[in-house]
Amino acid sequence: MKQFFLVVLALFISNLALAQYKTGDQARDFKLKNTDGKMVSMSKFKDAKGFIVVFTCNHCPWSQAYEQRIVELDKKYKDKGYPVIAINPNDPDQQPEDSFDEMKKRAKGYTFPYLVDDTQDVARDYGATRTPHVYVLNKEEGKLVVRYIGAIDDNTEFPDKVSKRYVEDAINDLLDGVYVRNGNTKAVGCTIKWKKS
Amino acid sequence: MFLVALLMVLSASGTAQNIAVINRSELYALLAKNDDTVRVVNFWATWCGPCVAEMPYFERLERNKGEQKLQVILVSLDFTSQLKKRVVPFVKKRKLQAQVLLLDGGDPNEWIDQIEPRWTGSIPATLFLYRGKRIFYEGQLTEQALHSYVNQVKQLP
Repeated sequence: MKQFFLVVLALFISNLALAQYKTGDQARDFKLKNTDGKMVSMSKFKDAKGFIVVFTCNHCPWSQAYEQRIVELDKKYKDKGYPVIAINPNDPDQQPEDSFDEMKKRAKGYTFPYLVDDTQDVARDYGATRTPHVYVLNKEEGKLVVRYIGAIDDNTEFPDKVSKRYVEDAINDLLDGVYVRNGNTKAVGCTIKWKKS
Repeated sequence: MFLVALLMVLSASGTAQNIAVINRSELYALLAKNDDTVRVVNFWATWCGPCVAEMPYFERLERNKGEQKLQVILVSLDFTSQLKKRVVPFVKKRKLQAQVLLLDGGDPNEWIDQIEPRWTGSIPATLFLYRGKRIFYEGQLTEQALHSYVNQVKQLP
């Protein structure tokens, strides 16, 4: 019986951990360290219309498979007002490949900030559970509103076989000034490596 | 007679199991089976640390099931191109007896909710199925929790 309650408690806690932003929610800003050592906040990007926030990391093969496509997203949408901000939330004690030093090596060639979420508070507040996990934010009346949560596209393994570009579709809708038609998708990804409490 | 004995020895001495590649319809059909067998369906990948860490528990559950009607099914989400390069050697090295399948499911957005609406898409993730009842767990399991869920799914009303 005691075991049963422990399991129920564990389920309850894991559900709490999964409480997450939904589309339409206001997203919070952050102040996180970039690979160049400088602190980055979204409030510093005065001209941005919004952001493509990507929770990602070094070690995960799904993140690696999308790495080049994330660079291309930034190149394509930064000038249109939606730059990429990449955030690594993983605990390097559990995944040494995701350490800050390894991030610096990985970030060579990145056209966007690659930030370390060392307290994991941002990932927790956003409700990210995996890498890569994308949040498209849109500035509306001075607030950052979540307008898309999910996958980058529909084919992780073969970029040349992609038929649905979910993030691009969402931003194109925002640029067209229409409601984002597909605000949520799901993708397979590596579990975020949470610190052991 | 000798030949039969030889074949038996060969098959018992760790000839690796055949890993079937299945599409999402085949997976749905497997999950929809509604008989008196407890099915523990674990979604994993060879390079996923927490998945590999919990794998011995699943393998022990399968090996020690005795007369219990129980089946452990390990559904790999490795890229299909990695079947021969990674999945087959992994299964061979660990001499896994639990059934291993590789899912070639296409766009995960099309099948994650079909498998379990609460699943956000991270792995490991595990389904416990018994007579149309289910428990879903996303994350790494302890061996104790694994056994506990197996018992619980049988007791669900």
